[in-house]
Amino acid sequence: MTHTKIASPKQDILYMAILSAVVLTMPIWLQPFGAAYPDLMQKFMIFGIFAIGYNILFGLTGYLSFGHAAFLGVGSYTAVWSFKLLSMNVIPALIFGTVLSGLFALAIGFVSLRRSGIYFSILTLAFAQMSYNLAYSVLTPITNGETGLQLTQGDARVLDRMAGIQADASLPTPNLFGIEGIGYSGFYICAALMLISFFIYLRIFRSPFGLKLRAIKSNQNRMGYTGYNTRPYLMTAFVISGMYAGLAGSLLAVTDPLAGAERMQWTASGEVVLITILGGVGTLIGPLLGAGIIKYFENILSAFNDSVLQNAFSFLPDWLAHGLASVLGLFVGDGWHLTLGLVFMLIVIFLPGGIMEGISRLWRLVSSSASSTDDKEKEQPSTKEA
Amino acid sequence: MDAIFLQILNGLDKGGAYALIALGLTLVFGTLGVVNFAHGAIFMMGAFCAVTVEKILTLSVRVKDESVTFFDAYKETPYLEVWFGDTGAAIIDWSVPLSIILAIPVMLLIGIVMERSLIRYFYKRPHADQILVTFGLAIVLQELVKAFFGANPIPQGAPDVVAGSAAIGAVFGLGEAVVYPWWRLIYLAFSLVTIGLVFSFLHFTTYGMVVRAGMADRETVELLGINIERRFTIVFGMAAVVAGLAGVMYTPVLPPDYHLGMDFLVLSFVVVVVGGMGSLPGAVLAGFLLGILQSFSSMTEVKDIFPGIDQVIIYLVAVVILLTRPRGLMGRRGVMES
Repeated sequence: MTHTKIASPKQDILYMAILSAVVLTMPIWLQPFGAAYPDLMQKFMIFGIFAIGYNILFGLTGYLSFGHAAFLGVGSYTAVWSFKLLSMNVIPALIFGTVLSGLFALAIGFVSLRRSGIYFSILTLAFAQMSYNLAYSVLTPITNGETGLQLTQGDARVLDRMAGIQADASLPTPNLFGIEGIGYSGFYICAALMLISFFIYLRIFRSPFGLKLRAIKSNQNRMGYTGYNTRPYLMTAFVISGMYAGLAGSLLAVTDPLAGAERMQWTASGEVVLITILGGVGTLIGPLLGAGIIKYFENILSAFNDSVLQNAFSFLPDWLAHGLASVLGLFVGDGWHLTLGLVFMLIVIFLPGGIMEGISRLWRLVSSSASSTDDKEKEQPSTKEA
Repeated sequence: MDAIFLQILNGLDKGGAYALIALGLTLVFGTLGVVNFAHGAIFMMGAFCAVTVEKILTLSVRVKDESVTFFDAYKETPYLEVWFGDTGAAIIDWSVPLSIILAIPVMLLIGIVMERSLIRYFYKRPHADQILVTFGLAIVLQELVKAFFGANPIPQGAPDVVAGSAAIGAVFGLGEAVVYPWWRLIYLAFSLVTIGLVFSFLHFTTYGMVVRAGMADRETVELLGINIERRFTIVFGMAAVVAGLAGVMYTPVLPPDYHLGMDFLVLSFVVVVVGGMGSLPGAVLAGFLLGILQSFSSMTEVKDIFPGIDQVIIYLVAVVILLTRPRGLMGRRGVMES
């Protein structure tokens, strides 16, 4: 991205204010889209956090990691363990989840960042697959294998017991000092965390540190020649993005206290890459948009099935409705991944900058055509005079 | 001793599949400079060629069951058996080897179409873009297969003649108890022959010589007036055929399902990296090596000492190799170093 305008702090505050307003009013303006229910909005927020964290690494430094799902998984497992052992309060869960994935990222980054390019991608992929395989096999005492780690009645919950909170007959739910982690209150917890993360991310983008990360992307050798050791910068970026992924993972556990190893599979890592690319790599708001769009359409399209399609086309002649429904049926419901793959390919081929590039192209088109009509209007009187 | 011998065989067998896929990946990378994440999907499509052939051969008709005499019973009988009797049954029995005949042109076509319609626009794009677009393609291909064949694995049988086990121990003087499935031996032989064919094609034919020259210095070959791009397209098709055949032959070992490709792709990439990007002998060597290491690490004796080692050994080896020998076992200087 060459067009990096350095925004003034005031503009950033305005930016944050607008974003907060948009996010916090989501339950209202998403109503007409049929997406205003807390579960889905929480997903928007969580995958938003995951994607902006990923963007710090991939968008700024250009290092394509294919193993970020491992950090998401570590965050989830840690959060559930914190619920089991310490307290149902979300604060320790989030802190432990984030910190532990940060440490995990430190270890993986230490090895992976010795190499760059495709080797880096494959090293991260190898580590993620290793964690996934281990979570299914040897680490079963920690991860509970295929069943997934879940809460039980008999969990210790030391802090809760000390505070005198007794578990009643039903399973306790994660909460923030009594505010429940599910439903609308849960959405606002996620939204608040997303906004905080976004603010930090914004500051990183604007900081000299962020500029150095961009310098690494545009030419790492030259960066070295100017006397910078790039490794610590890369390492910091990697750990920060790992912590974002951990935060997202522990939030997933807050909304649904069940952690499974499939969260660490490499297709899950692929998903965050997809989200980031779709929105726009290296752009500020792009990853958030990508997360929203992908999760929205995942939700809408995978709910479609053949009978819904048949009804939709019922005004057509029978044979045509049948044909259309069976063709479109490939792309919705279970086949929603096919749509995703196709859209993703189209984006990479025609619009490598993602939706943000599309928007800016459209904007230029509109503004240039607007200015050209201005010119014509200016010219017209002069031609009349002539 | 017996156990070790069997594990080596096991490893060679698995390694054969890795080596074949990695060979194709390396060929494509060495010629076109493209990192192809859809190569696993090609392997999977090869496997589904076998499934398709079997489905076609066993298209059935309801006929009266003559063995039941006291009421009218019907059974599904394949047309082939109705028309040709025992010959038809034998053809169905041999469906997997027969699929090879179909798979070669089909995979060649798929490879060439893929290269001409998509990959060629990505020669000059960054590797990250190539990875991403082929990753998208892999998702599309596997979802299409899932839509047509369903999500469950579809078992394929080897011909009856080779369905049992070979008393291989006697041959090597190890005792009668040492047996090994025939089909896996065939697979090993098949992979060795295929690898040999690819290498002799590259080394003993003029066409292959030009391809190798193009790999070493593309510009000079073009300056000599050779249309190297077309040859590279053919090479891409060839890589697809190799992966496809590896898939066809693997079906009796492992029932194919739609994400077979993804499972193998990750491993094959690790194999390529361990062998050294762009090195064909490296890919083959690393394939067999990692296959053997994997099968040894799944022995209970080893697992008792290092629990879980069988799950991670390949990745662990990859990490160690990349850190100590950054170019892989046989990687050349200047390949993928920027």
